[in-house]
Amino acid sequence: MPVELIKEKYSGAINTMEIGKGAGAVKIGGETTLPFLFEEGAMPNKPIVALEILDTDPPGRPADCGVTLLCVRLAGIHPDNGNKSADDAVKSLKSIAAGAGMPLVITGCGDAEKDNEVLPKVSQAFRGENCLFGIATQNNYKTLAATCLADGHSIIAESPIDINIAKQVNILISDMGFDPKRIVMHPTTTSLGYGMEYVYSIMERARLAAFVGDRMLAMPFILFIGQEVWKTKEAKEAGEIQGINWEISTSVSMLQAGADLLVMRHPEAARGIVKYIDEMMKGAKP
Amino acid sequence: MALSGLDIYKLLPKTNCRDCGFSTCLAFAMALAQKKASLDKCPHVTDSAREALESASQPPIKLVTIGKGESRIEIGNETVMYRHEQKFYHPTAIGILVEDTLIEAEIAKTISEINGLHFERVGQTIGVNLVCIKNSSKTADKFLAAVCRVASATKLNLALSSSDGASVSAGLAIIKDRRPLVICEDQDAIDDFINTALEYNVPLAVTSSTLDEASELTAKAKKLGLEELVINIKAKGIASRIQDFTFARRAALRKNIRTVGYPVMAFTDSGESPQELAEAVSYVLKYAGLVIVKNTKKEFIFPLLVARQDVYQDPQKPVQVEPKIYEIGKVTKDSPLLVTTNFSITYFTVAGEVESSKVPSRILCCDAEGMSVLTAWAAEKFTAETIADTLDKSGIKDMISHKRVIIPGYVSVLSGKLEEVSGWQVAVGPREASGIPNYLRGLR
Ligand code: SF4
Repeated sequence: MPVELIKEKYSGAINTMEIGKGAGAVKIGGETTLPFLFEEGAMPNKPIVALEILDTDPPGRPADCGVTLLCVRLAGIHPDNGNKSADDAVKSLKSIAAGAGMPLVITGCGDAEKDNEVLPKVSQAFRGENCLFGIATQNNYKTLAATCLADGHSIIAESPIDINIAKQVNILISDMGFDPKRIVMHPTTTSLGYGMEYVYSIMERARLAAFVGDRMLAMPFILFIGQEVWKTKEAKEAGEIQGINWEISTSVSMLQAGADLLVMRHPEAARGIVKYIDEMMKGAKP
Repeated sequence: MALSGLDIYKLLPKTNCRDCGFSTCLAFAMALAQKKASLDKCPHVTDSAREALESASQPPIKLVTIGKGESRIEIGNETVMYRHEQKFYHPTAIGILVEDTLIEAEIAKTISEINGLHFERVGQTIGVNLVCIKNSSKTADKFLAAVCRVASATKLNLALSSSDGASVSAGLAIIKDRRPLVICEDQDAIDDFINTALEYNVPLAVTSSTLDEASELTAKAKKLGLEELVINIKAKGIASRIQDFTFARRAALRKNIRTVGYPVMAFTDSGESPQELAEAVSYVLKYAGLVIVKNTKKEFIFPLLVARQDVYQDPQKPVQVEPKIYEIGKVTKDSPLLVTTNFSITYFTVAGEVESSKVPSRILCCDAEGMSVLTAWAAEKFTAETIADTLDKSGIKDMISHKRVIIPGYVSVLSGKLEEVSGWQVAVGPREASGIPNYLRGLR
């Protein structure tokens, strides 16, 4: 006798977004189900892994680990870390972009003032390239949103593990005339063992709200896994394998909570997660 | 799942014969719903109604106990789909696979590795819970030898996995006192396994590829009197197994479907270590009561155990760090002193930023019942008085040569009052932790 199962069918869907242009462009979002429940809905675009590099890294091709997106953090523009000028930032980004041949996610250094000075110039320099820029917060979003709007880029909106603020930032940015479909949410990333479960639950709650119609929470999620994981002593101090495993476990947790875009640090961990995503997507209906 | 008075009324004879002592069937139903009467008072209730009422009073997902004594594991009896709805109660048991095809020395080595798989973390001991001996040799004598070796070498809980009822029965005769989980790998052998599990009063896991099959197997076992059951879903892709786990949980919780109202389990199927870890973490997050893995390396097991610890954390009770003085870097008597709350994420965020500033500093965590800075301030757990009191009692005065304390920017309003009540010089730090490195470097 077959078991009487309940399958959830939601009315809402997560927004679909494209990053980059031409053949190498990647698509994220579009889900109509919680992660990988293909009997209930679709995940038309598989989650994407971006490898994170810093503009201060020694030049060279990023490790080949199966990723299709590159995230460059402009660490070198920070007043305490080289204080690189906007022109220099553009120069290093251009050479990274030329070597990578992948679409770009570009984030600032975290110093609001310097980011607001540099990111508009970077945005202009990449005008029409359809990059994803970050990071806008509740207190500092106007400059970045205005420049992304003008130059045709998408934007990362961050909130501090708080579903109401997440929604608020999305509304603020949309109110500037920004297409909500060009916003990616960063719910804050925390490593495995350092409050990963808070983010996990915020993401589940946001997803469920989006599926029943909350358009201001229907944005894809980005998580900066590498940065957070490699700050922990469990990743740094117990050998490389444990660090890789820490990054993998954190990434899997975030994927199971609905992550669309993972920014990872260690090429081996990134490779493992790309494989994992492919394995999970085998269940997708053709 | 509790039934309402009206639900119960529908199952009663509705004759209002008063034999129960109540004036109507409805009155009796209401009393039952409030647990003020017992069903045996109605002599006319039908068997099927009785069964429905009894099953409604059971938890929707059966609690299953494996092992005995303090290290026994309890799985199942979960009540929600999402941890934010309440919490997850019974952490996924983590088991390690030992195949009986291993030679004696290999078994000894594996078991000694397994025995070392426990760790201290945020004040808790976390470890693996079980060793599963699998009858891969398909012979009874090898299986028995392995059971003896493993059982004598570890105090962990045990599971016996086989497709041969007789082998398992022989194994149980030796280790029945340990109350192992028995895993029936072959549906055709289910009758033997049910009888054996009944004879030794041990929990039984049935193996199948689909929930429909699983449901038939559990119904059969239940009918024969076996209560403690586990559903083992065969390897068929991670996503597919997770869907079965999800659907079983939902059917049990929302529709009280008894035949899938049991904890679920899986053996990992992936080969190499990163893929196996990703697979195992997925099952831990998505409802498995038991996951059996192959890898015995610390750097594999530790993150898996921490994933379990995280997701089974009570969302209502924030994780706290011990309220005390933390030293970051090579501090001297002149190093800066920052104060914050003992909410673990707050502390670890502040500590991380202090560390990346490369300015050796002390962090004084006040006991704010594990709340973040703003929440604690609003709840009056992080006030000028509580901070002053902590400064006073922490012994910090004897450790440093200055009397300057940095408070979080969000509670800058406290600074005047704090100077007044504590006699310390108060500096207001940045609002967000991300501003700390700049701030600390600016102090130099
Ligand atoms: S004894 Fe049973 S049938 Fe009679 S009134 Fe009570 S509940 Fe109704």
